[in-house]
Amino acid sequence: MSSKRSTFLISALVFGFAFLYVPILLVMIYSFNEGKLVTVWAGFSTKWYVSLFSNDGMIDAAWNSLRIGVMSATLALALGTPAGLVMSRFGRFKGRTLFSGMIAAPLVMPEVITGLSLLLLFVTLEQMIGWPAGRGLSTITIAHTTFCAAYVAVVVQSRLSGMDTSVEEAAMDLGAKPAKIFFVITLPMILPALLAGWLLSFTLSLDDLVIASFVAGPGSTTLPMKVFSSVRLGVSPEINALATLIILAVSVMIVIASLMILRSERMRSRASAGADAQH
Amino acid sequence: MSSDKQEGSLTLKQRFDRWMIKHGRVLVVGIPYFWLFLFFLVPFLIVLKISFSVAEYAQPPYTPLFEWIDEGITVTLNFGNYLFLLSDSLYVTAYLNSIRIAAISTVITLLIGYPMAYGIARAQGSMRSVLLMLVILPFWTSFLIRVYAWIGILDREGLINAFLMWTGIISEPLIMRQTEFAVYVGIVYTYLPFMILPLYSTLEKMDVSLVEAALDLGCKPWQAFAKITLPLSMPGILAGSLLVFIPAVGEFVIPELLGGPNTLMIGRTLWNEFFANRDWPIASSVAIAMLLFLVVPIMWFQHIQTKQEEGQQ
Repeated sequence: MSSKRSTFLISALVFGFAFLYVPILLVMIYSFNEGKLVTVWAGFSTKWYVSLFSNDGMIDAAWNSLRIGVMSATLALALGTPAGLVMSRFGRFKGRTLFSGMIAAPLVMPEVITGLSLLLLFVTLEQMIGWPAGRGLSTITIAHTTFCAAYVAVVVQSRLSGMDTSVEEAAMDLGAKPAKIFFVITLPMILPALLAGWLLSFTLSLDDLVIASFVAGPGSTTLPMKVFSSVRLGVSPEINALATLIILAVSVMIVIASLMILRSERMRSRASAGADAQH
Repeated sequence: MSSDKQEGSLTLKQRFDRWMIKHGRVLVVGIPYFWLFLFFLVPFLIVLKISFSVAEYAQPPYTPLFEWIDEGITVTLNFGNYLFLLSDSLYVTAYLNSIRIAAISTVITLLIGYPMAYGIARAQGSMRSVLLMLVILPFWTSFLIRVYAWIGILDREGLINAFLMWTGIISEPLIMRQTEFAVYVGIVYTYLPFMILPLYSTLEKMDVSLVEAALDLGCKPWQAFAKITLPLSMPGILAGSLLVFIPAVGEFVIPELLGGPNTLMIGRTLWNEFFANRDWPIASSVAIAMLLFLVVPIMWFQHIQTKQEEGQQ
């Protein structure tokens, strides 16, 4: 009976992972296709990579996206970390329900609504106080920071909730100031979560098409906007090449990050095991 | 002045420390609170406001809601946009379509995701981490590119048609792209990790001995599943379904790239009202109407999130 069950589970996993990975692999394979058609294999070639790198519009857009990504991931970390701390350590306070709502809602809010509402905010602010004057990289950065901060808050919060508070309490009993406790004890312990939150924000920002399209201005075309306008016309081998590069970069980044997180967790568990042995 | 003299004996750092102890907590709550309030909540109020105004050829292209007439402020609420949404069958159809497509895709995602999550939760040690990583990895790669990958597969000259015609199963290419079928494929494909992860986290925490006990006491495997595993994994099913359903209702990229011109979805309608017709008030009322529908699922989602946190603490 249980072998029948495990056969079913294994085939579900095989089918599921094939479904997830075959399309991506096909894009990668066909990026090396000599011909322009997707279906006809015309021999191996790297010419689409060459033409991708000589496409100035694409390079400018990629540069814009990277700058926005770094800026908004960093800002999101600065805003989301205290938000996560508040949610897991501050207990009840006035307005907590609204606060937790403003953290949970951006995770599921359809992007068209977020994009439209932020654009209308920027237009209204410009009329009332003259800021932001026009739209561009800064408005996209603000928009991305807002929804990325919610993701960071959730990551930090779930890390803090699963964490032992005894060290923090001991420091508090010994008279350490809250800020010192945070920077000396809490921050090093949640560092893997912060790294994960930053990377998540960076990729989310790099990937966003809809919100950026609403709040972008002239001269602030991001990479997804550029890709979208060329993909609308159908399959293009240059986009296949770009996709392959993005997938490879992301995979390398994820593997490195998870190895780092794994190592720091192992070191921590080893350290605590050592401390236990000494008792 | 006397207090100034007392404070004068303190160094700047001491004064800062005192101030931080007094106000630090407010500051830690206040900064993210203020940011989210200004850039997440206030925008909705503005959308609400503009949804009641009339489109104009001006910059910005809508009439002001408040006007100074005869030294008094008058509020002109215009319900015309909402009446227009109700009277034009295009919008009603787009809403119903979006809800139907999102609901069907959520069910398909659940049917594919549940056995996968179950299989991962029951896998051993390092195998489990590898499988989990394989679920998360596509989530990190570009959403747009994952949708794009299906264009090359489902197209008239795409890989499936080329393969089927090469084997001789069909002689005419199947029309798969620019249909509702392609939209289902796209949504299920891109949202599958969102379904698997919450399902996995509830199934992983589940006590397997409960199922074993039921089997020992003579339950058939499907009975044990229906009576124990399924109810216990309900929080994961709900969280995963809402994580797929809510964004899928407002999806724009997938129907635009994979759907046909007849695949009306509300996110796409909003986009066109805004970018093609430049009718900001109508776009705003489309957004508010969508939000009214989604408020219940969103609050439900938040409720589940809060309950899970409390369970963890």
